[in-house]
Amino acid sequence: MIRRLWPIIRKEFLHLLRDPRSLLLMFLLPVFMLILFGYAVSFDVKNIPLAVYDQDNSTASRAFIERFTRNGYFNLVEKMRSDNDIPDRLDSGKARVILNIPDDFSKRLQAQETAKIQILVDGSDPNWASSALAYINSILQTYQQDRIRAVFIKRGSLLTLPIDLITRIWYNETLRSLNFFIPGLICVILMQMSATLTSLTIVSEKEQGTMEALVVSPIRKNELMLGKVLPYVIIAFLDVILVTGIGVFWFGVPFKGSVVFLLFSSFVFLLGAMSIGVLVSTNARSSQEAIQVALLTTMLPAILLSGFVFPIENMPLILQAITYVLPARYFLTILRGIFLKGIGLAYLWPEFSALLILSFLILFASVRRFKKRIE
Amino acid sequence: MTNSIEVKNLVKKFGKFTAVDNISFNVSKGEVFGFLGPNGAGKTTTIRMLCGLMDPTAGEGLVGGYSISRQGEEIKQNIGYMSQKFSLYEDLTVGENIDFYQGIYQTPKEGRRSKKEEIIERSELFGKENELTANLAGSVKQHLALGCALVHEPKIVFLDEPTAGVDPLSRHKFWGVIKDLSRLGITTLVTTHYMDEAERCDRIALINDGIIIAIGSPAELKSSSMKGLLFEIECSNVMAGLEVIKNLPVVIDVTLYGLFLHAVVNKMEDLDQIKSALSQKGIEVKRAEKIVPSLEDVFVFLVEKENRDKIRSGR
Repeated sequence: MIRRLWPIIRKEFLHLLRDPRSLLLMFLLPVFMLILFGYAVSFDVKNIPLAVYDQDNSTASRAFIERFTRNGYFNLVEKMRSDNDIPDRLDSGKARVILNIPDDFSKRLQAQETAKIQILVDGSDPNWASSALAYINSILQTYQQDRIRAVFIKRGSLLTLPIDLITRIWYNETLRSLNFFIPGLICVILMQMSATLTSLTIVSEKEQGTMEALVVSPIRKNELMLGKVLPYVIIAFLDVILVTGIGVFWFGVPFKGSVVFLLFSSFVFLLGAMSIGVLVSTNARSSQEAIQVALLTTMLPAILLSGFVFPIENMPLILQAITYVLPARYFLTILRGIFLKGIGLAYLWPEFSALLILSFLILFASVRRFKKRIE
Repeated sequence: MTNSIEVKNLVKKFGKFTAVDNISFNVSKGEVFGFLGPNGAGKTTTIRMLCGLMDPTAGEGLVGGYSISRQGEEIKQNIGYMSQKFSLYEDLTVGENIDFYQGIYQTPKEGRRSKKEEIIERSELFGKENELTANLAGSVKQHLALGCALVHEPKIVFLDEPTAGVDPLSRHKFWGVIKDLSRLGITTLVTTHYMDEAERCDRIALINDGIIIAIGSPAELKSSSMKGLLFEIECSNVMAGLEVIKNLPVVIDVTLYGLFLHAVVNKMEDLDQIKSALSQKGIEVKRAEKIVPSLEDVFVFLVEKENRDKIRSGR
């Protein structure tokens, strides 16, 4: 049943070898995409430009400001001299957070009265603004605690806080967004690479006129389809290793799980992703059409609907339903599980089974769709 | 079984357009059977149906004893097919192309080496096994493509305009190969629109607008299809002459044939009428002689007759 698989595989590899530029692209493109995305895509909010209008200009006020700037979250860009400048700094984007300290700040602290401080936050990017607000709140909280403690000590008594919260973050201790992104990115890159690679295989035979010879030969559909998919699966397999290596050794993303499971699930995923390309190719009338359709049907869902950027839980129900038929959705969960949590089949078997079923369904569909006919 | 190919009332429609209109013919074992007709006559469509590449709309065909509508895959094991596009991978070498076709036809491993050498020798590609196919001349590609189509030594071979775009000498050589195949008992069905190629077939079917208008050996077609005598007339003004002769009641058919006119009449004496009609109009007859019709004469005559019949019957 698969005796004629090898001649097809061999031929496809020869095509690849005779086209070194495309072959090179197959390795360079994923690396390029990973590095580009790796540096560009970051949701970590750091170095927030902060402008200060310190009307008090006392030791206390400077100590307060220092709390903002010392841990790298805020970057003091300007000490303003007039409150007239405030709107301009926000409008121009020179500062995104402005701290307005009134001239009675130290006096009120001294008198143990409540000092009022104004903070202005640029809320045009809500994600970003809420991160900034969270930092501000946490800085303020520690400041308050320290102040109150100092007052108690002065009075000769010790303050016992009612709750001491001990927070431990698991999996991605530093909450580095790159650690979350790189595994997802690997999934998106592979998905898109795979489908575009194989989207040409059938349609190019049609364009070259060799399809007639294949169709008139005793080759079976499954031999032809599998023979077309497997060489690219192997190429993409090397990409998986390459991209994972760059993610781990260059971007420092932790890899806690099993390499074997990673390779195994990648293989299953690639089989499905490649089959999408072949399916597109059987239906396409020209190479251009094939590439466009392949890009459209893989890239957009992989980026938007897989949970790569936007959590699936927040999507409207109808979109959530669509995500269940996307191989990328499952592979993404598996990748993040392997990289960050170090879990394996024991936890990921539902995703893995879904991926397995989907991949074989798509492969089967592409075999079914291909007709040994000329119309 | 004496017939390699049997076709009965075969029809292929694409929507409202009838590409092949109720054709029937048989091809016996070892025969070189030609399909002669202009582009769009339905030659390729017929071949594709016979190879199991297309389902017929109606009718039945047997190729090597297998039904074209139900046993397409069995047929594929037993036939060789070469399309006008040659079906070679340009980015593969000569040897790799042969290897590939041997692989997908699963030919016996022991025989592959010698078969490969045979193909290379026949295509005059000795020492060019590692040459990229893209760099080969058209005629060499054609021989190589034929070799690849025959790696599994099929008993029936379909050649769809195998010599399109190949120089005359190479065409001549190619037909030598077809004759060799025939001597080995291999049946060949070949389509062409070259008259000289059609002459080399054992039998030909003339096909036009999806209909077989005549079938037989080239000699038979020439002697029997054309009722009447054919004269070749050389005169001072062929275009004017054509107009004059066309309107004579004794003339069955007249066509422009290069610089001459070919006129079909019933008897020898009718030529005198033509001559006098021409001289009346001041056209000088330089030469007028009875000739043996060529296949082209037969073809043109039959097609025009068919068209006249169509108009007459109001189709």
